[in-house]
Amino acid sequence: MKFPMRTLLTTVAATAALAACSSNKPKQTPPPPPEATTTTAPAKSGPYSGPEDLDRDSCLRQRVIYFDLDKTEIHSEFQAQIACHAAYLRQFPGAKVTLEGNADERGTRDYNQGLGERRANAVSSAVAAAGASSSQLNVVSFGEEKPVCREHNEGCWQKNRRVEIVYTSKQ
Amino acid sequence: MYQRFFKWVAAMALAFCATSLFAQGLTLEISNGNASAIPIAVVPFVWQGGGAPPETNVSDVISNDLNRCGQFRTLAKSDVVETPARGSDIKFATWRLLKQDYITVGRVIDAGAGEVKVEFELYTVGDQKNLASMAITGQRSDLRGLAHQVADVIYEKITGVRGAFWTRIAYVTAKGLGNNTSYALMIADSDGYGPQQVVTSRQPLLSPAWSPDGRKLAYESFERGSSAIYIQDIATGAREVVSARKGINGAPAFSPDGRKLALSLSNGVNPDIYVMDLGSRALTQITHNYAIDTEPVWSPDGQSLYFTSDRGGKPQIYRVPASGGSESRVTFTGDANAKASVSYDGKKLAMSQGNKNMYHIAVMDTASGTNTVISPGNFDESPSFAPNASMILYAATEGPRDVLYAVSADGRVRQRLVLADGDVRSPAWSPYRQRGQ
Repeated sequence: MKFPMRTLLTTVAATAALAACSSNKPKQTPPPPPEATTTTAPAKSGPYSGPEDLDRDSCLRQRVIYFDLDKTEIHSEFQAQIACHAAYLRQFPGAKVTLEGNADERGTRDYNQGLGERRANAVSSAVAAAGASSSQLNVVSFGEEKPVCREHNEGCWQKNRRVEIVYTSKQ
Repeated sequence: MYQRFFKWVAAMALAFCATSLFAQGLTLEISNGNASAIPIAVVPFVWQGGGAPPETNVSDVISNDLNRCGQFRTLAKSDVVETPARGSDIKFATWRLLKQDYITVGRVIDAGAGEVKVEFELYTVGDQKNLASMAITGQRSDLRGLAHQVADVIYEKITGVRGAFWTRIAYVTAKGLGNNTSYALMIADSDGYGPQQVVTSRQPLLSPAWSPDGRKLAYESFERGSSAIYIQDIATGAREVVSARKGINGAPAFSPDGRKLALSLSNGVNPDIYVMDLGSRALTQITHNYAIDTEPVWSPDGQSLYFTSDRGGKPQIYRVPASGGSESRVTFTGDANAKASVSYDGKKLAMSQGNKNMYHIAVMDTASGTNTVISPGNFDESPSFAPNASMILYAATEGPRDVLYAVSADGRVRQRLVLADGDVRSPAWSPYRQRGQ
């Protein structure tokens, strides 16, 4: 049961991500969720047993998506990560995440804030397209203000060009 | 003479290191000399009063100001062979032999009740013409401020342009790593002395902008978890949130008349330029583009805005009427250009210019479009013109640290302003200061 569902969600997420990167400049708000959900709704049936899976499940434990320089495309290697978080959010309609967008130090601070938001919006769209409700998704961009690495080289910069998935409510 | 100047510079740099540690402020280093600068002798000012002389050496403050702007080089202290305190005591032949064009002499007089009076005279050495005889009175505790005002008069009498030494700078400091980082918005004198905290935060602060009367700062803060723009009165500390919309609320810039604020708002989608009427808080959307539009700055006449946009791929500077309308690209040199600062006369645009992802500060002549690169670093950004455009403040990176530099407009004299234990960034040079401020 678990495996086919993953595959399906991965396909949905990949399609959404492709749509997001081909337009590159998403002006419209994220697409509406595929079905009506309310935050007070009880957990639905699904692959996960509860919030403890956030610390236990090898996919859900991954919460960082990395990007190429000046790019907002989501690499295929992160589709599984997006799909499992979308599945979790779908199963637990009371759960919420903040998607924190970040950029490397090159370029100006205000511009990089815009770049970080673009990346976080791309992840938000992909997670929503994979089944999460947009009301569960919040976006904030810190631009280059919260680096995880302070050296001036590509190895460091690629760690800073990222979107972090932060759970503000777990169920 | 050139070598002597460098020796003097080295000595001064050491002296500044020592005094700035005492002041817990910023360190100054003059990186390059300028042989074509105007030679001027600043004779040590005489203390006239009972008790110990003030700690501040007025003629040192004046000399440092004149040297760091790049247009002057002061006579080395060891070459100041005579110390006249008044114009009538000057033996001009001596200063002609020392190849000085100008000489200034002065006195610091105890005016009682905690006040001092600084009297000074400025002469041409060649034809012994008196250019200024003035007195400035103020608090003894503000003697550095009085000295900066003397330097401003000297600068204006010789160059014909108002001096901008008696001004302030705003900047952001960050100390610590990761979630333990603490941020502070600071102001200091234009030479880095007298730092004062304006606001502190556990979340990022950025993009301070001065109101045209120099009394307020607008800035972006994440202290509530997401981005918001605050306007804060510097003297009282009173502040208010003027924009906390969904997404980015960034890059505030006061209009020259102080009635409006240009800003960049994303509404959670993508950043566009807006203008807020500060009276009614009504917003006018100026740009409507899928790109990142940010970092608006006003032309001196308030009629147009320059801003950064990546609508053509890489970020470039564009211009748009301040009430909205046709947008045109203004930068064509370099792979990328961002975060413009406009000189008071609108003739120069300073910006961060990127080539192969290395960023230097470039100054563009707005009439001809000619670009001059004035900074040597690889991550230089956020230029801010002094109100008379004689110098530019900018942010640079050295090793793991963010530091500030002030550079003469021609790029020939540079000084580093670095906080001892943290990062310093997002500099903004204040407008001209008014007395009582």
